[in-house]
Amino acid sequence: MKISLNWLTEYVPLDMTAGELAASLTMVGLEVDSVTERYGFLDTVVVARVVEIESHPENPALKICRVDTGDLQRTVVCGAPNVKPGIRVPLALPGTVLPDGERLEQRMIRNQVSEGMLCSEGELGLGTDRSGLMILPENTAMGTPLAKALNLSDAIIEVDLTPNRADCLSVVGIAREAAAIGKKMLRYPDIPVEGPGKTIANHTSVTINAPEACPRYAARLVFDITVGPSPFWLQDRLISVGLRPINNIVDVTNFVMLEMGQPLHAFDYDRLAENRIVVREAAKGETFVTLDQKERTLAPGMLMICDGSNPVALAGVMGGMNSEIRPETKRVLIESACFHPGSIRTTAKQLGLNTDASHRFERGVDPEGVVPALNRAAFLMAEVAGGRLIEGVIDVHPGRKQPAAILLNTAKANRLLGLKLSADEMSALLTAIEFQVEKQDEHSLQVVPPSFRVDISRPEDLMEEIARLWGYNNIPTTFPAMLSGTRKPEPMLAARDTIRQMLLGFGFYEAINYSFVSAGACDQLRLTPADERRSVVAILNPLTEDQAVLRTSLIPGLLDTMLRNNSRQTQTLKLFETGKIFIHTAVNQQPKEIAMLAGLITGLRGDLSWHQKEQPCDFYDVKGVLEGLCSSLGITGLTFTAVPPSDCRYVKPGMAATVSIAGEAVGILGEVHPEVLAGFGLKQTAFVFELGLQALIGYIPQVKTARPLPKYPSVSRDMTLIMDKQIPASDILLKIEQAEQRLVENILLLDVYEGRPIPAGKKSISIRIIYRSAETTLSDELVNQVHGGITKDLLTVFNASLPA
Amino acid sequence: MAELQAAGDMEAIKAVQVRYLGRKGQLTQFLRNIAALSEAERPAAGKAANEVKQFLEGKISEALEQLSAGQADQGSAIDVTLPGRPAVYGSLHPISQINRQIMDIFIRLGFDIVEGPEVETDWYNFEALNFPKNHPARDMQDTFFVSSDIVLRTHTSPLQVRIMEKQPPPVSIIAPGRVYRCDSDITHTPMFHQVEGLLVNEGVSFGDLKGILTAFVHQMFDAHTSLRFRPSFFPFTEPSAEVDILCVMCRGKGCRVCSQTGWLEVLGAGMVHPAVFENVHYDTAKYTGFAFGMGVERIAMLKYGIDDLRRFFENDLRFLRQF
Repeated sequence: MKISLNWLTEYVPLDMTAGELAASLTMVGLEVDSVTERYGFLDTVVVARVVEIESHPENPALKICRVDTGDLQRTVVCGAPNVKPGIRVPLALPGTVLPDGERLEQRMIRNQVSEGMLCSEGELGLGTDRSGLMILPENTAMGTPLAKALNLSDAIIEVDLTPNRADCLSVVGIAREAAAIGKKMLRYPDIPVEGPGKTIANHTSVTINAPEACPRYAARLVFDITVGPSPFWLQDRLISVGLRPINNIVDVTNFVMLEMGQPLHAFDYDRLAENRIVVREAAKGETFVTLDQKERTLAPGMLMICDGSNPVALAGVMGGMNSEIRPETKRVLIESACFHPGSIRTTAKQLGLNTDASHRFERGVDPEGVVPALNRAAFLMAEVAGGRLIEGVIDVHPGRKQPAAILLNTAKANRLLGLKLSADEMSALLTAIEFQVEKQDEHSLQVVPPSFRVDISRPEDLMEEIARLWGYNNIPTTFPAMLSGTRKPEPMLAARDTIRQMLLGFGFYEAINYSFVSAGACDQLRLTPADERRSVVAILNPLTEDQAVLRTSLIPGLLDTMLRNNSRQTQTLKLFETGKIFIHTAVNQQPKEIAMLAGLITGLRGDLSWHQKEQPCDFYDVKGVLEGLCSSLGITGLTFTAVPPSDCRYVKPGMAATVSIAGEAVGILGEVHPEVLAGFGLKQTAFVFELGLQALIGYIPQVKTARPLPKYPSVSRDMTLIMDKQIPASDILLKIEQAEQRLVENILLLDVYEGRPIPAGKKSISIRIIYRSAETTLSDELVNQVHGGITKDLLTVFNASLPA
Repeated sequence: MAELQAAGDMEAIKAVQVRYLGRKGQLTQFLRNIAALSEAERPAAGKAANEVKQFLEGKISEALEQLSAGQADQGSAIDVTLPGRPAVYGSLHPISQINRQIMDIFIRLGFDIVEGPEVETDWYNFEALNFPKNHPARDMQDTFFVSSDIVLRTHTSPLQVRIMEKQPPPVSIIAPGRVYRCDSDITHTPMFHQVEGLLVNEGVSFGDLKGILTAFVHQMFDAHTSLRFRPSFFPFTEPSAEVDILCVMCRGKGCRVCSQTGWLEVLGAGMVHPAVFENVHYDTAKYTGFAFGMGVERIAMLKYGIDDLRRFFENDLRFLRQF
């Protein structure tokens, strides 16, 4: 909300600068976003004396003026009728931005250069007169910036109010806080005392049919008004905080709302059927045209202000076209009401209409401020629109409430805040902001909050008031008695950290992608209709199509990241991400959230270097990472099995493996399917893995037990076999392991070769077996015998042969 | 000895060794001949011969050592300025690094890490935290909805309720995680990271909240960083505070980063609202507590001098490599 410092000082004398006030307001909880000089735009408007004028050769209505700004003379084209030599007038130099938003440039007017513009009051926003140039006093020094010459200065303070501080949505509200800060008296606006007459009852009535939503509705009548522009002081106030003046009647309602925080509405009395007001809820399907000329379809429950037959306003949100103040309006009914915040908020939300009025009603207006604001507006209207007040106020108040007292235990307040204030000190702080405080004893205060503080209901609310007025920074900083280990550390979190750290060691960089993906991501990943990952969680109000659903795989994010990097000339990537995927369960239920670990590599195997040739990365690079990861984590029983082509979704058939631990499938690994690559706009082969993080972590052994180191030396023997190329390496290794478990310590796969001179369809495979006995040094004879036996077995089982 | 000194290479030294100490060497011969000497002469001759032998052996091995030392010095040289074989260590995302720093500080202060669901019920995300339905306080957090009752959590604060529901006081937890708000511009991304903290015990005061957060800021930034606490509003705390630190860029002079105010808002905090305690059935007469929350991206931007929030989620390798 914007506040003008000049306006503010009408209610509270201040002996501080705008900057100091802003800082003080911020420190009591009214955060100031900015302070700007309202007349900053006048910096480039200077006092100029008209030296001589001549008619424009092409248009006699225009004058070419030589003007003197003290240091130099300029030529300006001017169309004002009152321009004449000798007068001093404001000259807006090129670069000036006028209040209407127009930016002045040096320009040609009918083949004549104009170095600026001589201005009227109206053009500068300093008055209403636009009929001619603003004439300045004779003694004004030429060249002086206009703001200085006229002593114009006002600070516009923008306050970012928190939703609890409805009481500060007005100049008086802010002034009240400023008065408390500066220990000054607050001066409320003068509202004349009303006579005893009740003539109003002869002219109108108010009926409330929805007392829940409308606890109070007050009205006054002003007759014989003349609708027209407001006087300058009134327009100026509105303009200073960014409101557009409309006419004297509407301007008064806005002025009083800004001043006192009570939204008001003025109806054309003669356009109200039966000249009366009925407050009721809308019926289903009812329509209504609001002041912005839009037809609104109303929902049942929306609170409507009606006349004898039809709706005339959306209560607390916006008035209607049918009762709008028009130039010919002569009689006005002013509404000042208190509506239920929730009701107004629902209506405003449903219609997408957020107005200055609804903003205030949603936060809660002062129920006791309704009638004072109404009177203030009525008197002002009579003053600025030449009207006649009809005696009396209609005040229907079905929701009248007695203010509730709150008992404040001062010892408890001191304990919570870490302060040692006396009951009197607390009382003084609260009294300064108009709380009624009664001291019960040294440790308890009975406090009645003022009616405008709709946010105060508990002792803790009072404690906050005390703390903020005392100053948070005046509360001593202490240190709590800390607890240690109230909870068992979650093993998942530590393991996840370890895994991430290990991946860094394998040269991976961590990525963090959005949890959202496009609704098409499942298709892009080629998921089958039955795939659980098709059960996406859709967002009702996504920002973009790309962020319409929650991800059910980390792969789309990684592929998007790859695309972004590739398009920025980074072709080699090793990335991983840990994060959740979300599987829809049922309507209005939380989805299943599953922690995943995924990685992607693409481009070269290693950084380009003189040590090795450029080599593209492949399947085995990723597989090695997973093997290394599991091995470091102490996970045993890791196996990889080829994925049947029918199950290959985002991975390419023949280039993909299911990752299992102890027989349980925990994830997948493979080359990205070419269709998927194409779908993401990628051109380069990539390899990915995606594992269930919880499943993986579950296999990390909880306990590690040391084994004794071997006492006897090992012996190794190599063999090379030629066999059918379809035979998986894992079958051969498994066969060797099973053959002589006692002596075979380790098996290394040294070489796999296909091609000449190996016959087509065959491969040559070289294996080294490390033998060791726990009991003795193995003799060559024994090893040779065992190795020979294994070799023979393999030759038979796999129908293999020895190399020629 | 002259022969030994003259011997310039390994072969020459070996030749000297063989000539005197070898099986047919002169000294060996001499030792063999000792047997032929008289009983009286033998000890002296033997002793002298052995001394000569030891002397020679010592000198020969010395010569060999010198020779090998000289050879090592003269070996062929490599270009040590060529780059080594690449050994690449990746890096954690800057958000993760800052997150880890924050966790480390709070673990040292005695907090335990907890995590919770990112898709929350209206109850945990709002209602239990004293955001009534249809209250303007809900406008403070633009919410992504999954259904009328299910939202993407807008803050990590639901963890307060989830933990207190499960565990009687005392509680001291820190909860990091992804959060979501329906907002996207230069200073907002629809997803970002928060860290929530909660301490509940007997006699916890606002002064204690100031103490813990001051300790945190001094460890996270530096020990001279000034803090200020100012009143604010969160439905689930009362009193509520915003915590500003003196701008780390301009040291309070006013700059673009702090919008000329000299201060940077880094934390929201406050004493746990009694309504929240009531919702988890904590005894409000006995226990008090404080809660605080911070945006990880915000802190990462300040610590690393990152000026565009969106960088964090582009995962440009040229960016990631810098951390």
